Amino acid sequence: MTDFFIVVMAKYNYWLYIILMMIGLYAMIAKNNLMKKLVGMNIFQTAIILFYISIGYKIDATIPIIENAHGGGHGAGPLVIHAADYINPLPHVLMLTAIVVSVATFGVAMALAIKVYQRYQTLEEDELRMHIREK
Amino acid sequence: MTPTNYPALLVLAPLVAAIVCSCASWLRKTLCYPIALVGLVVSFFSSTVLLSRIIATGEEITYYMAGWSPPFGIEYRIDLLNSVVLVAVTAIALINLLASHQEVLRDAEEKSGTFYAVYLLFITGLIGVVATGDLFNLYVLLEITSLTSYALIAMGDPDRSPMASLNYVFIGVIGASFYLLGVGYIYIMTGSLNMMDVATLLPPLHGSTAVLVAFLFCMIGVWIKMALFPMHTWLPNAYAYAPIAAARAIAPLMTKVMVYVMIRLMVTVFGYDYIFKALHLSSSVVWLAAIAIVAGGILALGQRDLKKMAAYIIVSEIGYMVGGAWLGNNTGMTGSILHIINDAIMTFALFLAMGNIAFRTKNLRFENLSGLFAKMPWSMAGFALAGLSIIGVPPTCGFFSKWYLVMGGLEAGAYHFVAALIFSSLVCAILFFRVFEICFFESAPGDAAAHDHQGHHHAEVAIEEAPVSSLISLGVVSLLVILVGVYSGTIVQTIIVPFLG
Repeated sequence: MTDFFIVVMAKYNYWLYIILMMIGLYAMIAKNNLMKKLVGMNIFQTAIILFYISIGYKIDATIPIIENAHGGGHGAGPLVIHAADYINPLPHVLMLTAIVVSVATFGVAMALAIKVYQRYQTLEEDELRMHIREK
Repeated sequence: MTPTNYPALLVLAPLVAAIVCSCASWLRKTLCYPIALVGLVVSFFSSTVLLSRIIATGEEITYYMAGWSPPFGIEYRIDLLNSVVLVAVTAIALINLLASHQEVLRDAEEKSGTFYAVYLLFITGLIGVVATGDLFNLYVLLEITSLTSYALIAMGDPDRSPMASLNYVFIGVIGASFYLLGVGYIYIMTGSLNMMDVATLLPPLHGSTAVLVAFLFCMIGVWIKMALFPMHTWLPNAYAYAPIAAARAIAPLMTKVMVYVMIRLMVTVFGYDYIFKALHLSSSVVWLAAIAIVAGGILALGQRDLKKMAAYIIVSEIGYMVGGAWLGNNTGMTGSILHIINDAIMTFALFLAMGNIAFRTKNLRFENLSGLFAKMPWSMAGFALAGLSIIGVPPTCGFFSKWYLVMGGLEAGAYHFVAALIFSSLVCAILFFRVFEICFFESAPGDAAAHDHQGHHHAEVAIEEAPVSSLISLGVVSLLVILVGVYSGTIVQTIIVPFLG
């Protein structure tokens, strides 16, 4: 049991993103209301964003702004940079784009949901299916 | 202008045109169409220049966005494979724009500015996906393509298209997210996002589980986006209820570009050695492809609507390309690459013809199609040619790629795949000849009434063709169906064989 606990805790960020992703996927598949499905979709995308954020993180590291990089220090020899002291900014920057994408997707999807609602006066999927079959 | 700027021009021309177009639509709606036309003409011209230059020199053309050299910056990398796909994408986008002008004016006049802006963004996304050499950039452009295609699809049939589009959103997001996860794992393992850089860093890591997970996530994401059989459920409704002007571009291009992405990941990023020697997946994927081919064909047989039938044929054709790529030999891969181009052309011809028919009949259900050969002889001739090409009758292009696929299947000993290909040809023959029979032998309901009045006198059927621009476009594409078929040997020898090495 403790072995299992250690295995899980050692990589807890991966387990968390998988759990979040599965919650989102479950909502997208099992929920009947389109709005709930959209929220599930958002959770699904957020899980991946968290995954990227977590892989850039390092323990005891700081943000990647290099002090005295432009010679503003006290001139104590050449600047030495230890990569381990700074978190990796690249995955975080990538996620800025991914957040934009996910917001845009959410917006388009909500616009579509509004169109569906205007036409059928409902967002419940079984009722929608019934309306469509009647036609 | 130096020639090395063409890769940027390729993407920027439609992008800038889209922005200008959406601004111009506030001033005057009529300005949008010429702006869109200019954007796509520039893009098409750039892609042809790039193709001819690459064939002449045999070297890749690279462009570093904002001057940042790879692996740090975003690289646009044009080689033999994507230059030919680029020509196909830009040509189809341009011809479709010319062909659908009348339809857009008629069906969505007040929205025409929006339509052209979104359409241009869609094409920008597709071109970017094909041209880019960066894995994350590919994801972003893929999402641009997907978002605009959701919007384009939702402009169709007001009863069904928003729901069809919403279902596509759900599945499309899952697909793109899986691809993004795969890229994340590649980044963890290699620390790079540039395709060529990743390709050089991956070989020592071939035994790693994380690389396997990365590969599988990327593949699953791409398969969902291209609608490989069990993941195809979003496609038929989305394509059938989309406005025909948009469906004509989305149907031939979207899935084919995704097949290109799969081949790019297989050949350039992960490499043959990894996929066919380190992994033992190829036989199961070829089985999956064979099942997709058969299932697509059988589902198409059950449809009573021309658009739905064509959508299921696309599902079946995806099986051809996935199977060919995964056979594990150069013949199959040649067939798969050739089929990307051929299928794009013949699906486009089919949808152009269907658009022309829909221009007059409003509805493409089989019962409305009777007597069409008399009413629209030119459109139906184009439809027949596209049908024959999809069946795989020799002088048309569909035959040659199918030939390579069958030879590749025999070479790999994948007889189930060969059987599925032949089965699919037979099913397509049934599908199309059933439509031909309805259009040729059954007379239209109005004519039947005329028959009763005039005894056995054959009433002259007035020819009601689609607009001239649509007919000319269909003529050009039909000519391409034959020309690409006749010159397919040259295409294989000058483009695909040097690419595969």
